[in-house]
Amino acid sequence: MRKVLAVFLLGIMGFYLFSSFSEIPFGENRATVGDYYLENTVLQTGSVNTITSIVVSYRGFDTLGEVTVLFLASTGLAAILFDNKGRKRRRQHASLIVRVGAHLIYPLIILLGAYVFIHGHLTPGGGFQGGAIIATGVLLMFMSYRSFEVSHKWLTYLESFAGISFVTIGLSGLIWGESFLQNILPLGVPNELFSAGVIPIIYIAVGIKVGAELTGLLDNLLKTIK
Amino acid sequence: MIVALTIMVYVLAVILIIAALFAVKQKDLLLAVIGTSAISVVLSIFFYILQAPDVALTEAAIGVALSTIIFVITIKKTERYEE
Repeated sequence: MRKVLAVFLLGIMGFYLFSSFSEIPFGENRATVGDYYLENTVLQTGSVNTITSIVVSYRGFDTLGEVTVLFLASTGLAAILFDNKGRKRRRQHASLIVRVGAHLIYPLIILLGAYVFIHGHLTPGGGFQGGAIIATGVLLMFMSYRSFEVSHKWLTYLESFAGISFVTIGLSGLIWGESFLQNILPLGVPNELFSAGVIPIIYIAVGIKVGAELTGLLDNLLKTIK
Repeated sequence: MIVALTIMVYVLAVILIIAALFAVKQKDLLLAVIGTSAISVVLSIFFYILQAPDVALTEAAIGVALSTIIFVITIKKTERYEE
């Protein structure tokens, strides 16, 4: 009886799948929205990097949702791993070569991350990538100097400041423009650093937020090791 | 130039498959995690060849460094060898 029911349900599913997919012609590009973005993005947003203009301008509200999801994930992890004892990472240093190399390369990694999210509207990359690169640099210091500490108070301040400035920019678009996250600043000349209106400001905020969140997450995780 | 690129893509694909098999078959989970991060390295080169540098940056930063360290912490807190 159950097998007959399963075959019956599979038949219904197969029928509807076939009838919906047989409408779609094979080997033909029906997705024309990409062409629209490629043609109009520089004129409408002033951003040379099309992906940045889609992520921050056309689909800016989705980016706000993603940032919120990341914030909730890191907050939830901190809540799960929380205990009242002042936890510390085990105080044991890496070898001399690793320590000296990490010390030399750490500012360069932070610089690269800042470059990636400040130039998000000109070159590949953006807030998420830059924040992840910064967290990688801090991770290198965590691994080589066990006494290297970050202040969670400052991380929280940075994170809150970046999140509030993202929402404030969105609301100012609602006040002085027509919609949430509308580009209210002048677009400027494409291919210059100060161009594309609010897009670089939003991406700097996202970069700071992601970097602070991932750094706090890694610190919380590394402190659980006995 | 095109021929060199094609050869490079094939070599990278072979490395990708070997690293994936290594990550699945290895009983030492620490080495398996190194295998997954090797997959991420090759994938980010692939994304760069396929003209998606944004995705390549994300894959390089998150796939190689951050997810690897989270797996390593998990192994440190549980068991290193698979039954």
